[in-house]
Amino acid sequence: MMLNYDIVVIGGGPAGLAAAIEAHKNGAENILVLERDRELGGILQQCIHNGFGLHVFKEELTGPEYAERFIQELKDMNIEYKLDTMVLDINEDKLITAINTTDGLIHIQAKAIVLAMGCRERTRGAIHIPGTRPAGVMTAGTAQRFVNMEGYMVGKKVVILGSGDIGLIMARRMTLEGAKVEAVVELMPYSGGLTRNIVQCLEDFNIPLLLSHTIINIEGRDRVEGVTIAKVDENRKPIPGTEKHFECDTVLLSVGLIPENELSKNVGIKINRITGGPDVNESMETSIEGIFACGNVVHVHDLVDWVTEESTRAGRNAARYVLGQLKSEDNIVEIKPGKGIRYIVPQTARLSNVEDKLLLYMRVDDIYENMKMVIKVDGKELRSIKKRHVAPGEMESVNILKKQLDEFEDIKEITVELVEEE
Amino acid sequence: MYDVAIIGAGVTGCSIARELSRYNLKTILIEKDNDVANGTTKANSAIIHAGYDPVPGTLKAKLNVAGNAMFDKITEELDVPFKRVGTLVVAFCEEEMEEVRRLYEQGVDYNVPDIQVLDKEALLEMEPNLSDEVVGALYAPSGGIIGPWELAIALAENAVDNGVELKLNAEVKDIKKLDEGYEIVTASGNVKTKYVINAAGLYSDKIHNMVSTPTFEIIPTRGEYHLFDKSEGDKVSRVIFQAPSKISKGVVVLPTIHGNLLVGPNAEAIEDRQGIETTREALDFVAKQGSKSVKELNFGNVITSFAGLRSKTPENDFIIEESADAKNFINVAAIDSPGLSAAPAIAEYTVEILKELMGELEENKDFNPIRRPHINFIELSDEEKAELIKKDPRYGRVICRCESITEGEIVDIIHRSVGATTVDGIKRRARAGMGRCQGGFCAPRVMEIIARELNKDITEVVKDRNGSYILTGPTKEN
Amino acid sequence: MKSREMICIVCPVGCHLTVHEDTTAESGYRVEGNQCPRGAVYGVKEVTNPTRVVTSTVKIKNGLLPRLPVKTDGDIPKELIDECMKVINSVEVEAPIKVGDVIISNVLDTGVDIIASRSM
Repeated sequence: MMLNYDIVVIGGGPAGLAAAIEAHKNGAENILVLERDRELGGILQQCIHNGFGLHVFKEELTGPEYAERFIQELKDMNIEYKLDTMVLDINEDKLITAINTTDGLIHIQAKAIVLAMGCRERTRGAIHIPGTRPAGVMTAGTAQRFVNMEGYMVGKKVVILGSGDIGLIMARRMTLEGAKVEAVVELMPYSGGLTRNIVQCLEDFNIPLLLSHTIINIEGRDRVEGVTIAKVDENRKPIPGTEKHFECDTVLLSVGLIPENELSKNVGIKINRITGGPDVNESMETSIEGIFACGNVVHVHDLVDWVTEESTRAGRNAARYVLGQLKSEDNIVEIKPGKGIRYIVPQTARLSNVEDKLLLYMRVDDIYENMKMVIKVDGKELRSIKKRHVAPGEMESVNILKKQLDEFEDIKEITVELVEEE
Repeated sequence: MYDVAIIGAGVTGCSIARELSRYNLKTILIEKDNDVANGTTKANSAIIHAGYDPVPGTLKAKLNVAGNAMFDKITEELDVPFKRVGTLVVAFCEEEMEEVRRLYEQGVDYNVPDIQVLDKEALLEMEPNLSDEVVGALYAPSGGIIGPWELAIALAENAVDNGVELKLNAEVKDIKKLDEGYEIVTASGNVKTKYVINAAGLYSDKIHNMVSTPTFEIIPTRGEYHLFDKSEGDKVSRVIFQAPSKISKGVVVLPTIHGNLLVGPNAEAIEDRQGIETTREALDFVAKQGSKSVKELNFGNVITSFAGLRSKTPENDFIIEESADAKNFINVAAIDSPGLSAAPAIAEYTVEILKELMGELEENKDFNPIRRPHINFIELSDEEKAELIKKDPRYGRVICRCESITEGEIVDIIHRSVGATTVDGIKRRARAGMGRCQGGFCAPRVMEIIARELNKDITEVVKDRNGSYILTGPTKEN
Repeated sequence: MKSREMICIVCPVGCHLTVHEDTTAESGYRVEGNQCPRGAVYGVKEVTNPTRVVTSTVKIKNGLLPRLPVKTDGDIPKELIDECMKVINSVEVEAPIKVGDVIISNVLDTGVDIIASRSM
């Protein structure tokens, strides 16, 4: 079967939904969303806790509520979508090969593609925990799906490795459902999760948070029977003599997320070494013209609200591209992280396509207090923003007004760096 | 009364079972675990050695080269992935080059086909990602890579399709000598048989000692490995051994048959025959040693690490013979490396011993060497894919997104004659959950399908052995 | 209680607060360590009447999934979380359900309803 669409969005999670809706609002007509799961909404459907939407809706929603608002809007716009549909391949002519049970194998010719495949969890192998390989070791997200959507418990006595938000949220969830969470173990000297989650998910239930600790061994032949944890030094190496043993039947891993870019890599899109996602320009367009990307496939976000914002830009620009409103330009401005900044998205900008402002998302490389973020254009300070507290777990955003940039000529480079405040 | 009972459904036992299914014999294959290929067969280097390496005069020397030559036919008949990618023994100094030349001479003696000694330039042209420190290598084009458990499963399936009975979950507790033959006491009923073939791997000495005074002792020897994501899979195109030196036997870096990269093993004699835990020390050693061969191995791309046990004896040779004081009881023991490479030859050799004891065997006229091929959906052409989904829509639903395995393939492997019943059983047969997410996304769906197809409750679905339960019960029940 | 230490969760800064009993203050408490007025309000509330939103699931028949996500439609006292879970675990609903439908009204006489947080 051969189909033709103006815009095909790959992924029906928060990123794909927002992109499709915004593309429609900006005049694109023929839009198709492809989703591999049985329903739209993506991972939000299993994130039943609240705290979503404070920026977008100015109220606190649960994940499914947040998703449902977008799903409803998409349906109201009569945007087409296909569920249970897996994209096998895309090529640089924007021809998509996908399969599902009802249409069989389909080829879809798109004028523009928006990549919104999200991310996956890092696994035990990626963090090299020695020991046996029994049942009962699971990523926190898989456990979250079992408990919240499928309605099954994955264990009774739990140790959680990693204090990112998913780990913290699952500590509370497992406790509320009757399990005993022995500890949350964090390699770094600080938690990667929101303070509010440390208070409401751990302290409320007297669950210890062991910072600068890690699991050094997993025991149990068929099912997990226990773990050994140890304190780590400043190089994150276990300190001999600090070992502690916990009896448990379950180890949940919340040790990071990885953008899922197999399709992007196969089509030859340039992938950023630090973010693990495609390099993008001001329009969220990848290294291949007409292929856009947004959400966790580009870089891992901590708040879904930022995913929505970023994806509306991708959707709007995909529509502008299809309508011939995006300009190609010879002068490509490089946007580079300076001291204290790990990465900035987007990586490049064509200023003629920047409308009223250029929005930069970035992460810092460590925890800092009392800093200022200095934005420089070709080495000259444009402005600086005071930051009382920054942490790698909390994404920072910086807005640069178009009219400020217009005061410069032939800009080559924009940088952001952290400087101590005197 | 069975004619032959084979104890142990690893690659050795399964090879013998299939070889015996060529004859009109009542044969039973007895396995302690809930699946075949669940011990040494599922955790080893997955290499088909060319055969230049074993000590002259040993069974290993005789059966390795012979076994290697049999793989083209057997893997074609059984639809098992196998590639003769070639093996290289890489030297890093002149002393090691001497060892390389010695292996070359030995390989010529053993009739290993087309081996040659390469200089540095020729070697780096073949494998540009090797370390700059290499000085040369032995190249054996007949060496290959295979999916070891896929081979064992295919052998078992073909044996069962040709009349062999498979008895799982049947740990052997005792063996009684009868007037004629033996009675094997298992965890799930007794088996009377005229002949016993002891292919019990790590437990073969224990099984043997049930009917005889001890004559050999298995020393479980652990080897640990790192398995990398497919993104690292093209670092090398051939199997890269390190020339053995006084200090170390070296570790191997190789592409796997499914395009991942495998690095390992170390060798550590241990006491626990179930000791398949990995250790920080060994994993670090393997990483360091592997990095000696290949430049810029990115250990951030390791998707899993694992350990396997080999059945070693101090004599360092296979034991394939009738037990001295137990008539009609044949040991096929101490099958460590190159046991996988020799497996088809070991099976023939064992059946020859049986023929000497039993007299000429009557051929099974219905023997069909061909196994119904597996459908590997993602490798089909677009037209074939479309056709298949039209016939069975379940091929249109991808369950494992990392490896693109469809529901149709999973249902098929559950219902084959040696079908999967566990999550790892699916993984070993169809690679679902073998990819970079290691089952994070697909495990719930795979469990759902197993439960549905085998008419079980999802909470009864186990990861691997019995007892490796995944779910503890429904929520809201306490 | 003479004084209690806690981390403020109003914003990402995470000030370390100390809340002292203080009869001279209007609220009866004095808060230290806060860098903004919202921190003081939070500190007093945490020692006088800490409340939480509870999110969980209930059993559902004939739905796309066997569990329906639910939440309290407002804060309930923190010490009632356990009791609230018992009530949530005891109910079973039947599809179809619309997001916002009341599943349990006035849970534990708090004046707060348990509502569906998705349609199914």
